[in-house]
Amino acid sequence: MTPASATTLPSVLPLGLSGWLVRFADRLDDGANRAALAFRAAVEAEAWPEVVETSLALGSVYVACAPHNGDPGALDARLSALVASRDWFAADLPTGRRLWTIPAAFGGSAGPELAEAADLARSSDDAAIAAFTARPLRILTLGFAPGMPYLGMLPGVWDIPRRSGLTDRVPTGALAVAVRQVVMFPAAMPTGWRQVGRTAFRAFRPDSATPVPLRPGDEIRFTAITHDQLAEIAATDRSGDGGAHIEDMP
Amino acid sequence: MSGPALRVLRAGPAMSVQDRGRAGTLALGLAAGGAADPLALTEAAVLLGHALSSAALEMAAQGGRFEATGDLRIALTGAPMRAAIDGNPVVWNASHPLRGGQILDLGAATSGIYGYLSVGGGLETAAYLGSRSVHPAAGIGRLIAAGDLLPCGADTGGPTGRGLAADDRFSGGTIRVVAGPQTALFDKETLDRFAATTFTRDPRGNRQGARLGHDGLPFAAAGQLALLSEPILPGDIQMTGDGAPFVLGPDCQTTGGYPRIGTVVPDDLPRALQARPGALIRFVFVERRTALQDFIARRRAEERLAADTYPLVRDPADIPDLLTRQLIGGVTTGEDALHDAIGAPRNDRGNTSR
Repeated sequence: MTPASATTLPSVLPLGLSGWLVRFADRLDDGANRAALAFRAAVEAEAWPEVVETSLALGSVYVACAPHNGDPGALDARLSALVASRDWFAADLPTGRRLWTIPAAFGGSAGPELAEAADLARSSDDAAIAAFTARPLRILTLGFAPGMPYLGMLPGVWDIPRRSGLTDRVPTGALAVAVRQVVMFPAAMPTGWRQVGRTAFRAFRPDSATPVPLRPGDEIRFTAITHDQLAEIAATDRSGDGGAHIEDMP
Repeated sequence: MSGPALRVLRAGPAMSVQDRGRAGTLALGLAAGGAADPLALTEAAVLLGHALSSAALEMAAQGGRFEATGDLRIALTGAPMRAAIDGNPVVWNASHPLRGGQILDLGAATSGIYGYLSVGGGLETAAYLGSRSVHPAAGIGRLIAAGDLLPCGADTGGPTGRGLAADDRFSGGTIRVVAGPQTALFDKETLDRFAATTFTRDPRGNRQGARLGHDGLPFAAAGQLALLSEPILPGDIQMTGDGAPFVLGPDCQTTGGYPRIGTVVPDDLPRALQARPGALIRFVFVERRTALQDFIARRRAEERLAADTYPLVRDPADIPDLLTRQLIGGVTTGEDALHDAIGAPRNDRGNTSR
């Protein structure tokens, strides 16, 4: 059976028939996210032949290994050595990051659960909108659905739970909040997160040469606009950027 | 267009083109996808002598009606369905000629869920990020509808009228599981109870996964409400909020926050996904090293699968040819042929661990 769950972190744990999970945290933690981001880049740079692909989650990295390449233990040893080789929590963020400034409408039909979410954070609606727009949020990971960014971290009062039930359907571009994070939906889907706003940004563009425009480590600053302004952007935007402004980060 | 096409005259509700899925897209948030029962694609490739990577039509519980726009070779694999060409029953898990203008009718699955219609050379619908597999919920492609014209690849030719005994993965049974990064969040009593429980396949299920029901206490993990989302894989067994297992399928999300008790080994995942509502399922934990050795042995056995095909001497689809060549003595009925196929001996292909 597996070793006990992460008595020491980071830890290298078996996942599936032949893959490995490198876990840097079992709670949401900005440093662990930076560590995971840097570690995934380091595994990619190693280009080990048995590694099929890698992916990043909030505080962990999945390293997929081809089953027919035999002994999973060999990769375990290499991963453990790489984990031990440096202090990943002190790693720099990647170069080539971009800052996306994305217009968003909040509350009302664009964010039907804004008031409910603000109540849980003991905030007014206006203070909540200020929290979402005050400063850029970093893309902690892409996942769940294609291109879907998890953004963080919001101040501690926003450590609010997901709803116990599911909302049947939030629209493409919806912004929803829970556990000190904001997610932006790349397609219409059900969710347990509370929808507080909406953008005209397309985080997944299947017909584009760059189907997933965002990258982990990039930052997004939302700017508050009116519902009418959002409707106008949605009606005229052909790029999928939804009125976003993009600049390279130093 | 490189060859004849398959025209869809009627389609069941969840019919889609699938191959073996894509690699390298997990980091984008896109799951591998691919056929719910990859062995069915392997069997079709052996029957038709085409590439293992060929795309086929996956049909969930219900078949459809199809017309060949030119001469095709087809294979029918996966969950057995009532099948007829121009009204004459043909056997399942077999290859057949489907000549230009002929009509193929596929009815409801008689066991299992996912049936597969393959054409020689494979379907050549649009590929996206290295795979023809569609994943409508993720915005990639759409389900098949009546009126669709599915292009077929160049068929290098080969025999038809061959059968292959199917491994029964259509009625539940015992499923092998390996431990994962969250298995240890479940205490020993819970793990023992999980391995001792007989589960029932719930009606709720699709390509994202299959829910299982059971009598008794829910299965819960320590601190499960505060778990950090981590990468998830097809085969992972999530314990949902109400403590029921949910076995993830090929179109699952890429990350998830429910506790996962373990992962179904790839060769046993079709048993969970093909099981019909009410089918009984049990889980047995196996060592990862053993499971990996079994996986490799199974791939080697599949390389020898072509030797297991046999001629369908009594296939009614071949009867007109046989009559013209005056090779036939007594004519058998389609129902007999169907019965023969279903009653064909089960062929164990080196899966030694059950």
